[in-house]
Amino acid sequence: MSWAFLRDLLSGVNKYSTGIGRIWVAVVFMFRLLVYVAAAENIWKHEHDEFECNIKQPGCENVCFDHFFPVSHIRLWALQLIMVSTPSLLVVFHVAYRENREKHHNQKLYKNPGKIDGGLLCTYLISLILKTGLEIVFLVLFYKLYNGFKIPRLVKCDIKPCPNTVDCYISKPTEKMIFLYFLVATSCLCIVLNLGELSYLILKYSIKCYLKRHMKKQQ
Amino acid sequence: MDWGALHTILGGVNKHSTSIGKIWLTVLFIFRIMILVVAAERVWGDEQDDFVCNTLQPGCRNVCYDHFFPISHIRLWALQLIFVSTPALLVAMHVAYRRHEKKRQFRKGDQKCEFKDIEEIRRQRFRIEGSLWWTYTSSIFFRLIFEAVFMYAFYFMYDGFRMPRLMKCNAWPCPNTVDCFVSRPTEKTVFTIFMIAVSSICILLNVAELCYLLTKFFLRRSKKAGNSKQQPNHENKEETKQNEMNELISDSCQNTVIGFSS
Repeated sequence: MSWAFLRDLLSGVNKYSTGIGRIWVAVVFMFRLLVYVAAAENIWKHEHDEFECNIKQPGCENVCFDHFFPVSHIRLWALQLIMVSTPSLLVVFHVAYRENREKHHNQKLYKNPGKIDGGLLCTYLISLILKTGLEIVFLVLFYKLYNGFKIPRLVKCDIKPCPNTVDCYISKPTEKMIFLYFLVATSCLCIVLNLGELSYLILKYSIKCYLKRHMKKQQ
Repeated sequence: MDWGALHTILGGVNKHSTSIGKIWLTVLFIFRIMILVVAAERVWGDEQDDFVCNTLQPGCRNVCYDHFFPISHIRLWALQLIFVSTPALLVAMHVAYRRHEKKRQFRKGDQKCEFKDIEEIRRQRFRIEGSLWWTYTSSIFFRLIFEAVFMYAFYFMYDGFRMPRLMKCNAWPCPNTVDCFVSRPTEKTVFTIFMIAVSSICILLNVAELCYLLTKFFLRRSKKAGNSKQQPNHENKEETKQNEMNELISDSCQNTVIGFSS
């Protein structure tokens, strides 16, 4: 089990997406997943070993690291990637349900089971709303947990068993901050794409509905 | 998800590229991504552990390392490769959109559609003309810009492409100006110069491809303006033959690349 699973999942979703949805998948692959695996993972690899406090008291470093990094940035990043990709599964399940129904009744119930209309449209819109919501939740979580998106070089720690206020130094703070900003930027881009897709779909189907009603009235 | 997945994504674009584009793709995968994964990552693997400062002051090493390497070479290269590969996706999306339109025409039973079945649409190779020409040319243009920006960023951040053996650091909490020693400076310099050289080759290939496309565009326009009715099929056949040959050559190169994975 690895990121390849997520990649295959998203490739499957790509089939039933709109154009903007496919751009979203491309952004997630290239700028989030690939950057995570190829670059970001290695920066945070030895964060605990390289976290150094100006004290010889055993246990002080451990306790201070745990206090300042309750959940590591890189783990939050991974969770965010997984959570944000998952709502797309709703669409895949719905299409599979439609195809199953057709097989069960042995007749063509839908013109094209993958076409975004009717119930599938609702599912698609719900998945978009969930994706956007989860992105915002994780961004807010990042902001609240780490007091903004800055990573300081030095943090002062006075938790037991540290005997007094001790200076602790975080490793590679600048590099981590650059990648954190990159994560925030790509998250915001994905939020914009999701909102764009949402507006596009709602507009398209409102116009379709309105035109249908208009034609009916004329008849 | 790794560089192998990128290879799969970009491999699809290869079919619709010019010959120079195919060479660029091969150079990208063999001389940049493969070298990065197989060699460069090992060289920079222990960079912070083996970065040693002549002081026992806790925290001084961390701070000095962070001061001299705001972003590691290896990460900058990985970002450069990702950004430089991304414009090719524009072409892939445009081709997919065209295929989708052709499939729609085919399904509607359009008389104008010349394909016998969907498989033929899937296998079709689109010529670089019309709107696809614009997409392709803009993708090359963006590639050039990204390459140049990253090369400049490298030069700016590290004051040239040499990795010094010794760096003097007096950032707090270092008690005074302290000597810090970088691990494997010569090996890192060699790889940096190698990566910069290959980057320059890629820039040259992109410029050549851009010139080739522009020349072809203007020639086509002047032919159309002149006498385009005389034997168009003849020229198309020759071009298709040349493209097929180029495809065979690059496919045999690609087959040697397919085996690798990180």
